[in-house]
Formats: sequence, C-alpha cells, structure tokens
Amino acid sequence: MAADIAPRSEAAQTPAEAPARSTGSRLSRIPGWGRLGLGLILPALILALWQTLSSTGVFTFVQLPPPLAVVDAAIELIQRNDLWIHVAISVQRVLLGFVLGAVLGLLLGSLVGLSKLADLLVAPTIGAFRAVPSLAWVPLLLLWIGLGEDSKVTLIAIGAFFPVYTTLAASLRHVDTNLVEAARSFGYSGLRLLLTVQLPAVVPSIFSGLRLALAQAWLFLVAAELLGASMGLGFLLTDSQNNGRTDRLLLAIVLLAIFGKITDALLGYLERKAVARWAA
Amino acid sequence: MSVQTDVRAADPAIADAIRASEVRFTGFGKTFGTGEAAHTVLADVDFAAAPGEIISILGASGCGKSTLLRAAGGLGPATAGTVTIDGTPVTGIDGRAAVAFQEPRLLPWRTVRRNIELGLPRGTPKAAARDAVDELLELTGMSTKGELRPKQISGGMAQRVSLARALARNPGVLLLDEPFGALDALTRIKMQDLLLDIHRQRPATVLLVTHDVDEALQLSDRIVVLGRRPSEDDGPSTITSIVPVPGQRPRDRADSGLGHLRAELLAHLGVDTHAAAGARSASD
Repeated sequence: MAADIAPRSEAAQTPAEAPARSTGSRLSRIPGWGRLGLGLILPALILALWQTLSSTGVFTFVQLPPPLAVVDAAIELIQRNDLWIHVAISVQRVLLGFVLGAVLGLLLGSLVGLSKLADLLVAPTIGAFRAVPSLAWVPLLLLWIGLGEDSKVTLIAIGAFFPVYTTLAASLRHVDTNLVEAARSFGYSGLRLLLTVQLPAVVPSIFSGLRLALAQAWLFLVAAELLGASMGLGFLLTDSQNNGRTDRLLLAIVLLAIFGKITDALLGYLERKAVARWAA
Repeated sequence: MSVQTDVRAADPAIADAIRASEVRFTGFGKTFGTGEAAHTVLADVDFAAAPGEIISILGASGCGKSTLLRAAGGLGPATAGTVTIDGTPVTGIDGRAAVAFQEPRLLPWRTVRRNIELGLPRGTPKAAARDAVDELLELTGMSTKGELRPKQISGGMAQRVSLARALARNPGVLLLDEPFGALDALTRIKMQDLLLDIHRQRPATVLLVTHDVDEALQLSDRIVVLGRRPSEDDGPSTITSIVPVPGQRPRDRADSGLGHLRAELLAHLGVDTHAAAGARSASD
C-alpha cells in the first residue's frame, strides 16, 4: 500500500512531463550508497580543480591556498579550541532565530490566511515591512537592542519570518472549501478546525516555507556576524580577511556549506515524514 | 411511515439511543446577495417531515434542493421564514442534524476510522468512540477497511464512510445531498439498499436531495417536488407537489405499479416521458 502512495505524491510535487518522470523513476531505484557516490562526483572534481589551480601557480597562496592548507587551518583552530566555539555560536544563533521567526510566521500566517479581517487589517502593513530589504533594519537593531546576541537573533528571525508567513497565509486561502465546510458541519470551528483540517492540508507548503526560512536564517546569520561579532563563522570570515588568512576564510565558507546542508537535510527528513503522514 | 414508528416502539432500547426528529419549514425562503444583485432561489416553502420519515427532495438542477437541505443543517440560514427541528429553530451548525455531501469530503490524511471519528459528538470518551466507530464500520460494511486511507478505497466505499461519519453524530435528522449522484448505476443501487438497511436499524428522519426519480421512488415515504410556479418563468422555486409513495420498503424495483407515478414525477420536472411511443416507460 505504501508503494501505492509514493509515486502519486511524487507526481503531485513535481509537475514534470512524462519522459522526465520515467527517467526519475529509473534513477530512484539506485541504492543509497550509489546516490551518495553520484552526489560526490562534482565535489571531487571541484577539489581536484582547486588543487590544480593553487599548485600550478595560477593563483597565489594568498588568493587561493590549496585544499590541504584549509585542512591545516581547521586542525590549528581545533587545537586552539576556537573552531567549535565559532560553529556552536553560529548554529545556536541560526536555530534560535529560525525557531523564533518560524513560530511568529506560523501564527501570523495562520491569522492572515484564515481571517478576512486580519488580512485586511495587517497584511498590507506586513507587506510593506517585507518590501524593506531586511538588512536595512540592522542600524536600528544595533541602536535599539545593541551589539549582543539579541540583535543578531532578531535579525535572523526577521529573515526566517517572511517565507513562513507568506507561504502559509497564501496556501491557507486555497484549502479545499468542501473539506472545511464538511468539518464545520460536524461542529468544528476556530482553533479545532485549524488543527484538524486547515493546517494538515497545507503541511507541504509549510515545509517549503520552513526550508526557505532556514536558508534565509543562514544568510542573515552571516550578515549579522559580518557587521559586528567576536565569534561565529561570519566573524571568522571578516577576521580572516583582515588578517590575510585566506585558508581560514575558505574554511569558514566550507563550514557554512556543510552546516547549511546538514540543517536543510534534517528539515528535509522531517518534511518527508510529515508529507507522508499528511499529504493528500 | 407507520412501519418506522412501530419498529421504534417495539424496541425501547433503540428508541432511547437513536433519535428521530421532526423537521419543519415554515414560510421558508432564501435570497442570495442584496440590493441589485439579490437573487431569490426559494420562497414560501411550507413542509414538515415526521420523525423517522424518508423524504426525497426532487427537482431540476439549480432549483434550490441543496439550499433547502443546507438550511436544515445550519450551513446557510433562512432569509425568510424558519426551519425548526423538533420545534426549536435551526440557527447555526446543529448537533441534531448531520450532512453527507455529494462528494465524500473525507480528510485524505486520515484513515477511514479516523474520518468517521470526526463525526462523533465533541467530548465522546475514547472507549465509547472506539465502540461507536466499530459499530458504524460494521453497519456500513467497512469493517476490514478501517485502517485504509480515502484514496485507497473506491468511490462507493468513500460514500459509505461519509454516511458512517454523518451517523456518528447520532443525528435526529440525516441530510443527504445527492450522496449517490456520482456513483455508477450498480453501486448506486447497492448504496440505496444499504441506506434502507441502515434506516431500519437507525430510523432517523432522512431528507434526501436527488434528481433521480427512480431513487426517490425506491427510497422515500414522500417525495417533495421543487420547481417554479407555472405563472412565473424566472421566479424563485417552491414546492410544486408533495407525492406520497405507496407500498412499503424495500420496494420491488420492477414494480410496474409505480410507473404512472414515475411518469407523473417526470412530468412535474418538465420531462416528456414519450408515453405515446408505447408502454415502455411503465416497465423501464
């Protein structure tokens, strides 16, 4: 039965044409290690190109240190116990800001998506705030909240809020009115109706909003840490630039890629679970 | 009708557990929109369904059949007159009535069992809920399908679940909005028999919207025909006739005695039965 469900939900998610889908289904039979292998081909090529460019002198050491120099930089920072502090503080900021922004996005998105009155009252204002490039808030945040953790988390939360808010509010307006009416006819209303029908119906949209929000959270983390921080991966970027430590700079970029990918994969795992549970 | 009353009188246990309510429309009318855009669909509907009666509401498309039904379920309030259940007006979603729609409208992410649970009155204790759903699965012949999702079952089964969900509310009035309209002919006949079977065991008052004359003849005690008054072509619909159906359920589907009634009902609906072409319509 589960096999019966899977292809349909896949088809629902990707509006791909028939030929493309048949290729997809053949590739989907490749076992897990095979997929990992295929995914690693491109990184290996990039690594090889990187090594060639730096060792043949196309770029100087300061412009592009070889991959092993980056590994050395990592080992050095690990030995000084600095690396984990940078990573931990950045991950903490991202997660706090993401959760804060996502929860607010879910609350306000639900309200605006369900209530015509709320839509008329607050949607234009939120839309106007959304039109402000979020980094424009930085000077105000520094002025009001200061240079500490709170202002960084707030900035990240602002970045995470909008994708969740927008996707949820929009998708709630398109929940099957027949289902909603049926549930209403059985006495469901308000929060019970939201939790029983409306939110489950938009689970796929919620997760695409959350994944966008997570990407935004990492983006805003770097922005926040570039502007004023003494720890974190963003700080490692600026600090290395100022000291001409391109090896550390590259290390920070690699770490951002790795942790961004890990958190996205975790969310993707939850998404697959949730979609299997709730998808139509 | 007397049959249902007798059944309930004979078994007080059922009479205690199962409700059947009187539904009364008094001067009922429904207008959509206001001012220039106002459009009156129904006017001057006066009619009462006795407890336990099965009433078919018959009419052409767009004559307001569903509107009438929805008003009894509190899904669209009257704009003129009143709808009462057992004498008290219906003012909103009402625990005494339950609706089954033309589409099953099941929550796709819930199992059959969990969909039926949706209909249970709020605050039903867990154990009682489980028993009630078991009983409804049994009643609708879905006992082995409780753990399936809606898209894993056929359209006919989905309608059984929709019916079971409505019955879970233990309604005094069961409102059926063309529940078999989208099913194939054979499944539809089976579902009609199932409905009669259920009604024998749980004799709620049934209002059934249909545009199928044979279905109305097969199932109902009385048939309410909706249509426009002959004098006004563009006006609102109202009740043009109330036709009692002779005989007791289950009726013989081949009963030629109902043939003249069938022709009469089709004539009410403005359909030519081609009676001149022979006696075919009587045996159809």
